[in-house]
Amino acid sequence: MNNFSNSTLYNYLLGLADDALILGQRTSEWCSRGPFLEEDIALSNVALDYIGRARMFYQYAAEVEGKGRSEDDLAYFRDEREFSNLLINELPNYDFAFSMVRQYFLDVHACLYLQGLTASTDQHLAAIASKAIKESRYHLKRSQTWLLQLGLGTEESNKRMQTAIDELWGYTPEMFMMTETETQLSTAGIAVNRDNLLQQWTATVTADIRSADLQIPDQQWQVVGGREGKHSEHLGHLLAQMQILQRSYPGLEW
Amino acid sequence: MQHISVVTPEYAARRAMRANSDCPQLWSTLDTVFDPELPQVTIWDLGILVDVQQLGARRCKVVVSPTYSGCPAIDVISEDIVSALNSAGVKQVEVAVSLSPAWSTDLISPAGKAAMLSQGIAPPDKSVNCPQCGSEHTSVISQFGSTACKALYKCNDCLEPFDYFKEF
Ligand SMILES: [Zn+2]
Repeated sequence: MNNFSNSTLYNYLLGLADDALILGQRTSEWCSRGPFLEEDIALSNVALDYIGRARMFYQYAAEVEGKGRSEDDLAYFRDEREFSNLLINELPNYDFAFSMVRQYFLDVHACLYLQGLTASTDQHLAAIASKAIKESRYHLKRSQTWLLQLGLGTEESNKRMQTAIDELWGYTPEMFMMTETETQLSTAGIAVNRDNLLQQWTATVTADIRSADLQIPDQQWQVVGGREGKHSEHLGHLLAQMQILQRSYPGLEW
Repeated sequence: MQHISVVTPEYAARRAMRANSDCPQLWSTLDTVFDPELPQVTIWDLGILVDVQQLGARRCKVVVSPTYSGCPAIDVISEDIVSALNSAGVKQVEVAVSLSPAWSTDLISPAGKAAMLSQGIAPPDKSVNCPQCGSEHTSVISQFGSTACKALYKCNDCLEPFDYFKEF
């Protein structure tokens, strides 16, 4: 018998869904603002992949919750403190370098995380992971290429990439923190143990950053709290823009 | 030169499953449903159509597998499936989405690849050849083309840009 409740699984799924939705929404802000047309399309497609991923997790979460709420209810009718996404996903895009470094950090992580999740004893989660990992591998090819290209580009592009790395580095430890929920579910073979990913993530990221003529910062600060609903000031603005239509006209459909 | 498309083991397995089905007429009806983004390629040829089962005299269940998680076409495809089967007299149609095994370009039929080529889209292959002149000298412009499943390439010989349906 599994010794965890439905609400434990629900909370876990919500975290995965929120991570995907918030990054997808943030990345979609590049639409029509990309540095050039092809890159604009690429960013929009990455955003779409994340929104599709969010939908799969929300649909499953809604089913597990069993209260008749839909994926849209979960996305549009929860407040800031109820969102449990990682902080790194909600930070503004700032510039292209910042967006790409974030995407790169998350892509390396996603490839490792989803690989683990394909072996989940939960068949539904394993199926979502087997679908999503192919996309993340493709995203990584892109973000890794940009890391190298901009790191080895001009003095200006190198400087911007380094600034982004320095700014984002303190947000990366949260990607490896286990919540109580995750610890419980990882023991049951359902969730992935994030502790096991840190070493490989660090090795890959360190090697790539060095090849791009960039440095790993030696700062020790870190910011956490997203999983408990403690967010930066940026999430509220993002949600306001994302939710306004449903909040103003509840149940509106295309 | 263009390659001669070989039958992948994945497609061969699909073809065998279809051949053994007890409702060939439903499969034929579904051959009239095309991918909205690739107007000449049927959902069967693209590998999105996984299975169809006859559940009763006028009832059936169709299983589809989306190409990409964020593929916006899947809703339209479901509607097209229902309307095609309705027109053929099947009144009750259930469309189920399956995620596993994940869709891959290995599921695409040789006919699907030929149809892509005829529309100026380079089909997924080991090397990306220009669909206009067949040259192997091509380079990537962007990893994503007009949709998530395509990348944008250009031909270094005839200089034409073209969509490449990504191996995935
Ligand atoms: Zn050519």
